[in-house]
Amino acid sequence: MPIQLKINNEAVAVDAPPDMPLLWVLRDILNLKGSKFGCGMGVCGACTVLIGGRAVRSCMTKVGSVGGEPITTIEGLSPDGQHALQVAWETHEVPQCGYCQAGQIISAAALLQRTPHPTDAEIDTAMSGNLCRCGTYTRIRQAIHEAADAGAVARPR
Amino acid sequence: MRMNRRLFLQLTALAGGGLALELYRSPIIAAQKRKEPPDLTPQAFIHIAPDGVVTIMARASESGQGMRNMLPMLIAEELDVDWKNVRVQQAELNETIYGPQFSGGSANTPEGWEPMRRVGAAGRQLLIAAAAQTWGVPEAECATQSGRVLHSASGRSAGYGELAAKAAALPAPELSSVKLKDPKDYRIIGHSQPGVDTHAIVTGKPLFGIDVQLPGMLYASIEKAPVFAGKVKSANIDQVKALPGVRHVLVIEGGITPAAYTPWEPGMEPGIAIVADNWWLAQQARKQLKVDWDLGPAAAQSTEGFLKRAEELLKAPPATTVRKYGDVDAALKSSAKVVEATYEYPFIAHVTLEPQGATAQWKDGKLEMWSTSTLPEDGHKLVAKTLGIQESDITTHMVRSGGSFGRRLQNDYLVEAAWIAKRIDAPVKLLWSREDDIAHDPFRPGGTFGLRGGLDAQGKMTAWRQHFATFGDEKRSTSGGGIGQDAYPAGFPPAYALYTSAQPLMLRTGALRAPGDNAYCWVAQSFLDELAQAAGRDPLEFQLELLSNKQSPWSASERDAVGDHEPTGQSVLIPERYKGVLELVAEKSGWAHRGKTPGRGMGIAAWFCHLGYFAHVADVSVDAQNRVTVHQVWVAGDIGSQIINPAAAENLLFGGVIEGMSHMAQEITLVDGKIQQSNFHNHPLMRIRQAPKIEVYWRKTDYAPTGLGEPGLPPILPAVCNAIFAATGKRIRTLPLQRSGFSWA
Repeated sequence: MPIQLKINNEAVAVDAPPDMPLLWVLRDILNLKGSKFGCGMGVCGACTVLIGGRAVRSCMTKVGSVGGEPITTIEGLSPDGQHALQVAWETHEVPQCGYCQAGQIISAAALLQRTPHPTDAEIDTAMSGNLCRCGTYTRIRQAIHEAADAGAVARPR
Repeated sequence: MRMNRRLFLQLTALAGGGLALELYRSPIIAAQKRKEPPDLTPQAFIHIAPDGVVTIMARASESGQGMRNMLPMLIAEELDVDWKNVRVQQAELNETIYGPQFSGGSANTPEGWEPMRRVGAAGRQLLIAAAAQTWGVPEAECATQSGRVLHSASGRSAGYGELAAKAAALPAPELSSVKLKDPKDYRIIGHSQPGVDTHAIVTGKPLFGIDVQLPGMLYASIEKAPVFAGKVKSANIDQVKALPGVRHVLVIEGGITPAAYTPWEPGMEPGIAIVADNWWLAQQARKQLKVDWDLGPAAAQSTEGFLKRAEELLKAPPATTVRKYGDVDAALKSSAKVVEATYEYPFIAHVTLEPQGATAQWKDGKLEMWSTSTLPEDGHKLVAKTLGIQESDITTHMVRSGGSFGRRLQNDYLVEAAWIAKRIDAPVKLLWSREDDIAHDPFRPGGTFGLRGGLDAQGKMTAWRQHFATFGDEKRSTSGGGIGQDAYPAGFPPAYALYTSAQPLMLRTGALRAPGDNAYCWVAQSFLDELAQAAGRDPLEFQLELLSNKQSPWSASERDAVGDHEPTGQSVLIPERYKGVLELVAEKSGWAHRGKTPGRGMGIAAWFCHLGYFAHVADVSVDAQNRVTVHQVWVAGDIGSQIINPAAAENLLFGGVIEGMSHMAQEITLVDGKIQQSNFHNHPLMRIRQAPKIEVYWRKTDYAPTGLGEPGLPPILPAVCNAIFAATGKRIRTLPLQRSGFSWA
């Protein structure tokens, strides 16, 4: 029986085994390639997506366990690619290889929803699950501060 | 146009046994080296649409160093167009048209600087010729500005788009004859330009090797022996074939014969490829595989054995004298003080965040490949050779990768994907797991150095003797385990000797960012700090003095290099440039006024490699549990007259510092030939909470611009270790840190 998911504000029915990790459902079945595979054991953060607003490692999340909770991937973070974090990431030229950055941006989005104006220490705590092999951490901090200052982050009403 | 690839490779080899030294050992590269470089044409690189939008081909592979920006920026500058009107397109592999398309050895800047600007200038000249012919005026009366040709005498002007069709049909001028801009007129070079792929990256567009998707594509995963080159004796193949989603199970015989010397690209590793409807299903099926392996001779290898043998080698007379001048033993004997130390560093893996993989399709006797290789021409040739097909029957698409750091200079995963594709009737994407990626990496080889340094009564260096225990056979060091005869400080101490001895290694090794230098800089700059401390002198002042005492004569290879590389002579360490970055980093970090607090200290180190000069100062604290925090790092660099894309350049240096720190906590160890590390939990990378504040400063000099991928990395390791010494009085002579009783906080 197909699994019902809500991804990036769309209802999607997926024919996949319930124990298949969400990451591979997104990438190989739904052709959403933005979330990346880096470790397969939840230690690098490249596969991070939002589930119900929480940053979750999709490589460790069985698709059958998601239920009706809304999933947001990098493709759905904003309709036009102009989320404050995406803009700040471009302004600061954060990426080098770029492979980890979708996961970084998603983790940062979860952080800003909880803590709209994080300190460096709060950024470090929230973002330490996301590895960047190229070492762009300095600019990730700068970009998160800038996005926070831009104030364009959705806040609970 | 004559590329200086040959010279470049030759010259890099001098700078400490780097990538080039390894490339020389590859017969494929050797063949490529003999091939005459092509004559480049502006038509190959520049396409201008009628509306004036300019498409520039990016020839080099991109894995995060910003090559899709840097090389097209050089063309755009001389073409005289606005960067905002430029679209960059990745070229397909065709070195006959584009010249060298590899990204390695920090070579793209020195190799591309002249020819890419000349391509742009030739394009501009064609557009001027087209306008002059149209208007019936002399070319000399025409000028250009922001994508237009102007004739001020008549007040006429035309956009490049209007002239493009006519210009493209004209014969291309001789590149050596075109006039280049005065650097003071640069509007693109030296100005940060947005990354060509940045928007696609931050919006999650398919862009990387792993993102390639073809209709009807299948997915492959390969199980290999836990020991290098171990062969399949038998396996439950029929059982696995019957599992859900599994389409093919293929046994790879492999083509490696384990021996004392393991060459660059040693051949296909044996294994069992599982091809399934999606990658997760392939992985699930893989878990059900039961394989009886013939592990072969590599199963006798262990880290313990390597270290024991290295100790024996250092006690025995050295096998090879790499460089020697003066009577080093007599000089040591008559020195007022002699410092002795053994430095030891481990094997480490590349761990690009995107694991290795490739996509390939075999159809109607033709092979199409989507390759993330940074040495794509070699991959193309290697696939042809391995599969027994014609090179002309292969098309290689160059796809952005999630990092290389030297890993993708080898093409093992590409060959595997092609090999599988040729045996099935569908396109296939091969992906390695992280565990595969670590176990089958071409590792940065470990090494052990025995050093002795002498000081006279005034605290001046009298002699430097070092014996490097590396891996290989009697003649050849394993890839990444060589050392050049000009390894610093060769040429500066009054008496000097560099010896090597090798032990066998049945393991794939290769080039990791700043190969050779990423380990040897730590050894040399740490030991130099030891000597300075023993002399009771400031390490900066001690090194500046050393650099002022260049000994004569220069080595044969130094002389060759200078002769070969005129007018710049950039391949040879120029003491003024080395001193320049040391002085700049000292000034910016406040070195002279550094505090003396227990548990906190600053360390300084510098290095020259891949034609670039870098000095780092690290400010470090160490707590009671020997946990190390790096608070701040100052970086000073000299890569010549221009920093082509400053924002990207600074980012690469942040990366060099962070990566170097990662190296300090990593190790690959073997027990019974089996790699003990498997993922990021036991082969860690630095995390954001551990990342220091980093400041970057440039010292611009009159030399032609050179590359940045590698030379910014090496000094951070000794800078941090020297700072740990300043903070604690304890010297780190064994890496990783935890083997010396330290760890990152």
